[in-house]
Amino acid sequence: MRAPDGSIRPAYQQLAHWLDNVPKDVLDYRRKEAEFIFRRIGITFAVYGEAASTERLIPFDIIPRILNRGEWQKLSKGLEQRVKALNMYLYDAYNKREILRAGLIPEELIFGNPVFRPEMNGQAVPHNIYVMIAGIDVVRVDPDNFYVLEDNARVPSGVSYMLENREIMLRLFPELFIDHPVAPVENYADDLLATLKSVAPLTSSGEPTVVLMTPGIYNSAYYEHSFLADKLGCELVEGRDMFVKGDMLYMRTTEGPKRVDVIYRRVDDDFIDPLAFRPDSMLGVPGLMSVYQAGNVTLANAVGTGIADDKAVYSYMPDIIKFYLGEEPILKNVETYRCREPGQLKYVLDNIEKLVVKEVHGSGGYGMLIGPAADKKTIENFAAKVKAAPEGFIAQPTLALSTCPTFVEEGIAPRHVDLRPFVLTGRDKTRIVPGGLTRVALSKGSLVVNSSQGGGTKDTWVLDR
Amino acid sequence: MLSRTASNLYWLSRYVERAECLARILDATYRLSALPQGYGSETNEWDSAIATAGCVASFKEKYPEANERTVTEYLAFSPDNPSSIRNCIEIARTNARSVRTALTGEMWDAINSAWHELYRYDPKRITREEFTRFLNFVTETSVRFDGTSFRTMLRNDAYWFSRLGFLVERADATARILDVKYHVLLPREAQVGGPLDYFQWASILRSVSARTSYHWVYRDSVKPWLVADLLILNRQMPRSLASCYENINRYLDDLAQFYGRQGQAQRLARATTSKLENGRMEDIFQSGLHEFITQFLSDNNRVGNAIGDQYLI
Repeated sequence: MRAPDGSIRPAYQQLAHWLDNVPKDVLDYRRKEAEFIFRRIGITFAVYGEAASTERLIPFDIIPRILNRGEWQKLSKGLEQRVKALNMYLYDAYNKREILRAGLIPEELIFGNPVFRPEMNGQAVPHNIYVMIAGIDVVRVDPDNFYVLEDNARVPSGVSYMLENREIMLRLFPELFIDHPVAPVENYADDLLATLKSVAPLTSSGEPTVVLMTPGIYNSAYYEHSFLADKLGCELVEGRDMFVKGDMLYMRTTEGPKRVDVIYRRVDDDFIDPLAFRPDSMLGVPGLMSVYQAGNVTLANAVGTGIADDKAVYSYMPDIIKFYLGEEPILKNVETYRCREPGQLKYVLDNIEKLVVKEVHGSGGYGMLIGPAADKKTIENFAAKVKAAPEGFIAQPTLALSTCPTFVEEGIAPRHVDLRPFVLTGRDKTRIVPGGLTRVALSKGSLVVNSSQGGGTKDTWVLDR
Repeated sequence: MLSRTASNLYWLSRYVERAECLARILDATYRLSALPQGYGSETNEWDSAIATAGCVASFKEKYPEANERTVTEYLAFSPDNPSSIRNCIEIARTNARSVRTALTGEMWDAINSAWHELYRYDPKRITREEFTRFLNFVTETSVRFDGTSFRTMLRNDAYWFSRLGFLVERADATARILDVKYHVLLPREAQVGGPLDYFQWASILRSVSARTSYHWVYRDSVKPWLVADLLILNRQMPRSLASCYENINRYLDDLAQFYGRQGQAQRLARATTSKLENGRMEDIFQSGLHEFITQFLSDNNRVGNAIGDQYLI
């Protein structure tokens, strides 16, 4: 909220004034009301490893995070550029591999990657779009610069919170929206549907049938799946609802089989087809890959996008952007040490107490070490893991993340936030709704914003001025 | 519509209705068992409750004897009884979660809040008074769910499948109550209106919440053949077999028209409906009330299965 000199940044002027004047018990009351509404609606998530019946709420913070138009425009240009490069990289990696010939990245980054899918070699995907839905995690460290923390090019989640948080804010604090020209986000579902329809297979006739594929009600993001299917007005299908016949994909309906053209799938590659990938998967459709390879169904996102978003390829992203687009990256990359390179590994091990060390394939805030916050024993154990398999790790310096005022036990206090905007890439254009999911680390000084680790969310306002 | 969605809607309503039926059976049984010795029947009321719920075998495996404690535990709370009230609400919510997109917000809210509320009742420590509140809560949940679907759902296949589940379950429940108690409804010249059976008849009416309706329809004191008539043939009575089938028929016709084709479910339902429409109590008593009800239970089952085969898989 504040500039480095301690003054309140322009976007927050009115909010700061309002916060100074609103009685604490009003905030308290509305926060409780918000929690009640969330539980009533059933916006919950499951934490893996806890008993199956536990459903938890992601804590919602009622104080919004605000960006002004200029900040957003720069960010959104950067996002568009980055996702464009991700798509070009994926196309190249599964086709001519010019980037390898140019010697820009090591071969094992593609071929040695466990999520590289040889099935996708030379496989045509509609309009060469691999990542239709991307969630790019960014943080700001100073007034002018956003850094990308992580690209999510597989099945990014969280967009339902972006939408529901706004609904709750409109309901609880209508007066704030009178003073703040907040750009709406409610068109996200329409944008998503337009994007999905635009990438329908060339063989589909007439109006394409779009479905959302979920692993089922026990998945931690199930609420989001049902929420989105509802907003999209499409069927929420599980693997068992579909079957393959004669190189076409059908779903079982009360009126008999119906052809499916586009699957917005929220199921990982590994599980979508037991004949092609994990044979023990109960979540997929046997033969789905053969329909996909015949070009009769579009998967969004495409199979094999994991090679574009792991933490090892991340460190090459600035080069990847320059290589494919001939442009300087608009969004910065956090300096990243690749433990696969002996020189950098040495630096990491020597300075581990100052660094954040992450597993290349980790997610959800698991499998990471935050050096400055860890005790000696934890650090030693983690260092041993890194030494044993250095190619599985990267390390980054801790950033001075921006903070946002947050309603916590002791009152209103600054807490670290990040932001995940959602980038939709269709045949016709790229669509980004102004905003995204702001995640906040609720405990003091903490940098971990993941919901599975006690993070919360906020509404994100992009001001139209 | 996805077959699984239709199936979830159908079973969601069935389970909500089942929970309510169990609550009513328990309530009626409590009332009957509270009568002083000599007013009740020679049979154990708690045994009949288990029989009406259709789980004699599984109950006997677990408990040596049917009494207030064991029956309440088994029918209301037991995790081992797949159709205990608690499990019904659990399953209903699981189904509701799977078809969130086919439910209106109000319906989801009804079932989701019931599920949260359910855990406020601790079966180990529940008092008699709390149990009464629990039974009220279950009936109110069902009424609320039913009311929200009636008031908020689009009148399309989703609504019809939901109604069908509710009606097939309801017909089954009414028939089961009759099946267990048919002997007290048989006309026995010598004992008509005898004081012992009076409370049994009243209890049957209570278990389908029809005490007041009875008096409005017949303007007469409680007579067994009229009780049977009310529950079997009277189309004004929403829980009667005739009323259930009138509506099952109607919604199956709606589906057939909507989808442009009909099948076994429509044919079977039509046959059962016409049996009820053309039936007369005298004939039913003549050819055997028990046989009639047994036949109905099996017909109703076949209609349920036909709906399943035709639409839900």
